Parts: sequence; structure tokens; C-alpha cells
Amino acid sequence: MEHLLGLFVRSVFIENMALAFFLGMCTFLAISKKIQAAIGLGIAVIVVLTITVPANNLIYTYLLSEGALAWTGIAGMENVDLSFLGLLSYIGVIAAIVQIMEMFLDKFVPALYNALGVFLPLITVNCAIMGASLFMVERDYDLAESTVFGFGAGVGWALAIIALAGVREKLKYSDVPAGLQGLGITFITVGLMSLGFMSFGGIDL
Amino acid sequence: MATKTKDILFKPVFDNNPIALQILGICSALAVTSSLKVSMVMAIALTLVTAFSSMFVSMIRHHIPSSIRIIVQMTIIASLVIVVDQILKAVAYDISKQLSVFVGLIITNCIVMGRAEAYAMKNPPVASFLDGIGNGLGYSLLLVVLAFVRELFGSGKLFGFEILSLQSAGGWYVPNGLLLLPPSAFFLIGLFIWALRTWKKSQVEAPDYKIAPNTPKEEVA
Repeated sequence: MEHLLGLFVRSVFIENMALAFFLGMCTFLAISKKIQAAIGLGIAVIVVLTITVPANNLIYTYLLSEGALAWTGIAGMENVDLSFLGLLSYIGVIAAIVQIMEMFLDKFVPALYNALGVFLPLITVNCAIMGASLFMVERDYDLAESTVFGFGAGVGWALAIIALAGVREKLKYSDVPAGLQGLGITFITVGLMSLGFMSFGGIDL
Repeated sequence: MATKTKDILFKPVFDNNPIALQILGICSALAVTSSLKVSMVMAIALTLVTAFSSMFVSMIRHHIPSSIRIIVQMTIIASLVIVVDQILKAVAYDISKQLSVFVGLIITNCIVMGRAEAYAMKNPPVASFLDGIGNGLGYSLLLVVLAFVRELFGSGKLFGFEILSLQSAGGWYVPNGLLLLPPSAFFLIGLFIWALRTWKKSQVEAPDYKIAPNTPKEEVA
């Protein structure tokens, strides 16, 4: 239990998806102009990450990794290594889950569906989701660990985008040099935020 | 025709840079640029994937039903990335270890997806191929500039060869460790965008609010 809590804190702060690994940057920069939108997107990312990372973990352990197909009982299956198909299956799972979530929300929680709007399909190409799945494989997490990691990574990403949106809303009123206006100053702001988050780096859990 | 081809190929390098203007493909640009060799490999891999995925998508563009086009594009891109990943693992294992998840992340790199969606779905294969190469070049330019600055001033080396003799080895140069840390990539891209927009004025974004002078004009006089 303590181990899982440590993993959660680590994935939220120390290994923050957005500010330490720069994943999901495209949406991070494009949709952080308004706090309202940032919160909606953040929640969607948390939900999708919490579902997809464990799902991909199951697929990896029972279908793709070396010898994983041994449970089928077919002779010779224990030597089959399908891990090279990983990339293709993870993205398939992510796309499918996002699609299912969209239909589910549309039918049962229309309020949230309308709030998320166009962000939901955009999540498919958010590299934070794909990145979390790949990290999960690289670090050999088991099912419980990958659920916690997925949730933590989502919370960390949401925290970062909401914080950035807050800064950018204030930034509108400041006098920025013409060439830096917009994207340029945002990059520098994110750089400073990322420096701030690096101070968590010394914490050992 | 000749000028048009040139346009498709070189427009994305400065005029419509995927990173600096279209906000595409930033994730990997930041993470892999602490060494020049690794970023070169990444740039080449991405350019090839973008070019070929655009070409293949464009070849079958009349046969893709629009409701499932994202899945079809994803499948094409993912297959190409798997090929690149396997080749890297076979030929340059060390570099593929250093790139870790970022080769896989080419799939979700918005440049590839964005060009397939925005350009290849509407244009013939050859033009799409060139457009892919062009956008890859724009990405590569930024990656190489960043990696050059970060590796030269961060560790005094280029491609792993010592250029500035380090103080720890009896030389004169004290390396700037900050440049090896991830946040420096943000500052450098910010400054790069500033420089680019000072040169190409048309890319400057209009501010949301103008700050009014403290005293109205009539009172000054």
C-alpha cells in the first residue's frame, strides 16, 4: 500500500507527464488559454489514462510479451513474442476506449459530454496517454501499479495544464514584446514552471 | 511547377514551421535534444515517417470512408513507426535505448497526423511526399539548432567530441549544467520563436488587450 502511495506521489509531482517528460505538449499549449477549458480537458485526460494504462497492461501481459500466449495451451505458443506489435495495439486500445467513452458519455452523462466537446476525440492523439502506456511497459508495472500510475500521471497532467491556464489568463494583461507575444512567452512560462517542478526531483520515495 | 515544388518543400522550414507556428510535434523536440547525435536520429526518423505516411495516405485517399479515416491513418503511421523502431533496435541499439519511448511516440506526434489530415487527404501522392519531407525538415532544423546549443554549451561537446575544453579536465570552459536539464529546451524554443518572428513579422500574434497609456493624450498636451 505504501509502495503504491509512493508511486502515486511520484507520478504526480516528480515525474510529472507535462513538465518533466514534456508529453501531451501540443494540447497542453493549444488549449491552455482559458481555465474552464483546461479543467474539462484535465478531467478527460485523468479518466482516459486511468482506464487505458491498466487495459494496455492486461494486453501486454496476456497477449504480447514473450511467452504470454502460453495460457492458450497450443503447442509452441510459449515461444511466441509479439511485443513488436505493441505500438499498434496500444494506439488501437486508446482509440477504441476514447470512442467508447464518447458514446457512453453522450448517452448517460450528456452534461459532461457537452462540456468536454471537441477535446474528447483529441485525446486519442495526446502523447501523454500513449507515453504513459509505453512507460508502463518499459518499467514492468503490474496491474495495480499501472492503475495507480495511470491515475497519478493524469492528475499530474491536469494539475499542470490548469496551473498554466491560470498563469496565461493573468498574462493577457502584461506588456509582452511583439515577437514573444502568444506562443513564445508561453514557452518561457512553461520553462519556469518546469524549473519549479524540478525542485521535487530531490524527493526520494 | 518547379517553383511550386520548391514552395511545398521549403515553406514549412521558415514560413510555416511545424513547431514554431503550427504548434505541432513539440513533445519530442524538448525531450531528445540534449545530445546532437540522438536528435539527428530522431529528426531523420520523423522525416521519413512523415513523408511515407503522407504518401500512403494520399495514395488511398479516395478509398477511405471519412468516418474511420483517423483509425486508418493511425494504422498506417503505427506500422511505419514499428518498422523504424525495429530497424533502430537492430542497427543502433544504444541510440534506441536513449530515445526510449520517444520513437514510439512518433505515432502520436502531431506533425505526422496533422499533415496526413490537413494535406495528404486532399493532394496527390508526390506532392504529399514532398510536403512530408518539408515539414520533417522544418522539425529537423529546430531540433538540430536546439541540440547544437544544448550540447555545445551544456557539456562542451558536439557529437560526443570535445570542442570546448572542460575545466574539470584542465581546460577553461565551465559547462552550463542548466542547458542539459529539460527546462532549458523551453527557454531556447521561446527565444527561437522570438528571433523567427522578429525576422518574419507576419507570424506575430496580436495581443488580446492593448495596454493604454496612463494619461490620456489630450491631458499630456
